[in-house]
Amino acid sequence: MTKRAGDERIADFNEVNEGISEQNAVLEALRCMDCVRPQCTKGCPVNIDISAFIRAIAEEDFKGAAAIIKKDNMLPAICGRVCPQENQCEGLCVLGKKEKPVRIGALERFVADREREAGMTLPEIMSPTGKRVAVVGSGPAGITAAAELARYGHSVTVFESLHEAGGVLTYGIPEFRLPKEIVKAEIEQILDMGVELKLNHIAGRTVSVEELLEFDAVFLGTGAGLPSFMGIEGENLSGVYSANEFLTRVNLMHANAFPEYDTPVMKGSRVAVVGGGNVAMDSARVSRRMGAEVYLIYRRREEDLPAREEEVHNAIEEGVEFICCANPVKILGGPAVTGIECVRMEMCDLDESGRPCPVPMKGDEAVFTLDVDVVIEAIGQSPNPLLVSLIEGLERGRRGNVIVDEHGLTSVDRIYAGGDIATGAATVIEAMGTARKAAVSINEMLMKK
Amino acid sequence: MGYKIEKATEIADNIFEFWINAPHITKNARAGQFVVIRINDSGERIPLTISETDGSLVRIVFMAVGKTTTYLSTLKSGDEIRDIAGPLGHPSEMGNFGNCVVIGGGVGIACLPILARELKAAGNNVTGIIGARNESLLLLKDELATHCDELVVCTDDGSYGFHGFPADILKKKLSDGEKIDCVWIIGPGIMMKITSMATIPYKVKTYVSLNPIMVDGTGMCGSCRVTIGGETKFACVDGPEFDAHLVDWDELMSRQRTYTAQEKESLKLFQDHQCSCGGDHHD
Repeated sequence: MTKRAGDERIADFNEVNEGISEQNAVLEALRCMDCVRPQCTKGCPVNIDISAFIRAIAEEDFKGAAAIIKKDNMLPAICGRVCPQENQCEGLCVLGKKEKPVRIGALERFVADREREAGMTLPEIMSPTGKRVAVVGSGPAGITAAAELARYGHSVTVFESLHEAGGVLTYGIPEFRLPKEIVKAEIEQILDMGVELKLNHIAGRTVSVEELLEFDAVFLGTGAGLPSFMGIEGENLSGVYSANEFLTRVNLMHANAFPEYDTPVMKGSRVAVVGGGNVAMDSARVSRRMGAEVYLIYRRREEDLPAREEEVHNAIEEGVEFICCANPVKILGGPAVTGIECVRMEMCDLDESGRPCPVPMKGDEAVFTLDVDVVIEAIGQSPNPLLVSLIEGLERGRRGNVIVDEHGLTSVDRIYAGGDIATGAATVIEAMGTARKAAVSINEMLMKK
Repeated sequence: MGYKIEKATEIADNIFEFWINAPHITKNARAGQFVVIRINDSGERIPLTISETDGSLVRIVFMAVGKTTTYLSTLKSGDEIRDIAGPLGHPSEMGNFGNCVVIGGGVGIACLPILARELKAAGNNVTGIIGARNESLLLLKDELATHCDELVVCTDDGSYGFHGFPADILKKKLSDGEKIDCVWIIGPGIMMKITSMATIPYKVKTYVSLNPIMVDGTGMCGSCRVTIGGETKFACVDGPEFDAHLVDWDELMSRQRTYTAQEKESLKLFQDHQCSCGGDHHD
């Protein structure tokens, strides 16, 4: 894929990766060994028949390739862009042992973009069953469950609390990584399959739990939308954001285009982003695009950064300054932020996750201060409690996640769950995988009755 | 696609009442809850407390102060707004408490009708105390009188009713030994802070409805975080009503001013645009 230079990229919010040409797609597809027992599909949470769609590309049957992917994944243009393929399909590609693996993600994206430009075809829909299913949330999990259930012929209603569908795809992931036009187009096809979408409907409030249970089945895909805060002094000063708030203001509300759009955001001249995951990279890169100098503060070492390697590279290319082995202890200022005080960390014994445990260093020289006017905390999200806390008898885990069995069924009859609300914060494709499994179980349950 | 404003009226000086057709909201709406509205595709999401419901109509009341509310005030009956989501937040604590006092300051008065009506229906004796700077800013007093056993009206300048603040009336009632079981205070931050101090010595349960800056209103962003008894809470999902005596008022008011400069810039641009196009601004 071709990529624009970092300093050129930060002048706008246009997509960073420009994709792969038709010629290169075919050449790349021809590299595929077409293994007898393909490993790549095992790495895919929705089990796309990868070698089959790659074979179709090699034969220049792009429409056919799209049809193969869409049997298992209705959001290929999205997944081709945001999946961590290096840990999934591409990570298992046998070619990867000796040379580079087949660029499966780039090929998926090529096929999806091609189809979108040529006009999308819908999957076959079975005859109506007369069963009604409520899907809560229109993020990756909700959309996937809705598509799967609609395909089985069930009547599906999706409840979304915001004014736009897409969940984290819309409010969380920035335009330069995932253009919103693409999210809209892929969601549009689900609606064309007959799924009803109700925006501005907060499940648990607009629609009560009793009303949800009037459906034959309920799928909860409410995500991990509750932002965590560090709990340090100065956290409620003006100019301290959760990554969720900062990204929502920009991605969903277009605050980067204020005052053309009415939602403001503090752009900051010097911004500290705390955290090391993809959300931290997104926040840092958005800040760079709004003209700030950006420090990314991470408590472990650079090699421990949990973000995708590609996103870390992108952030470095775009001029984000990484300060690793450091942890904020206090945010300074009042009423607005003027600085952030941090302590250097050293790596000690391995913790339960097998990573070295960061411990604050002792002494005055371990403490340093950065002058910043905006702080963005990207230290994680937990499952959104709004609806699930209102459902009687719904069992939840220690971190607030809804407990499901191997079929995606919760402790309450006819209520299923998938995505981050069940697993805790994970990837788009993992959410889609668990949602699809739940949808299959819902279908089995409904058709048994 | 949008939500129709069935009736738009200026009910006091620069204060507007909209009845919006939103059956999805009225069905389950209770006192104490709010809606989030967005006027058009470039609009911001702003929270407004539900003032009253009637069939499929929900009433919101606002003063035209910033760009969004000023723009909103130019809309007429029959116009539409792009989005209205709700009801959001926990409903007010409801039950038969005995003698309840509901206090409104300024536009906050508009939050009282649905609350007074529900309290009355739950069997309480309801006293209303409302206050505004002057007579031209008083609103909904006749309507409130129908829900309250007693209604006291105050103005800061004495142009109508009692010359003084609702806090004065509340203090008097408490010091006179009137039995008060529960108090609600809704108004500007400083008014809620000062008024709620009156009930501290008498240990009367006192609720306030907080109005920090919000974005989604569903607990997702944390913009509305407030400190209650030393703990951070999200007003949108943990509130918006809290125990008045535990609120960190200075932090709330300071956070409310986060975007003062941007709000001014946005309003000025809108007003300049209105002037240049004859005051008629419709998308």
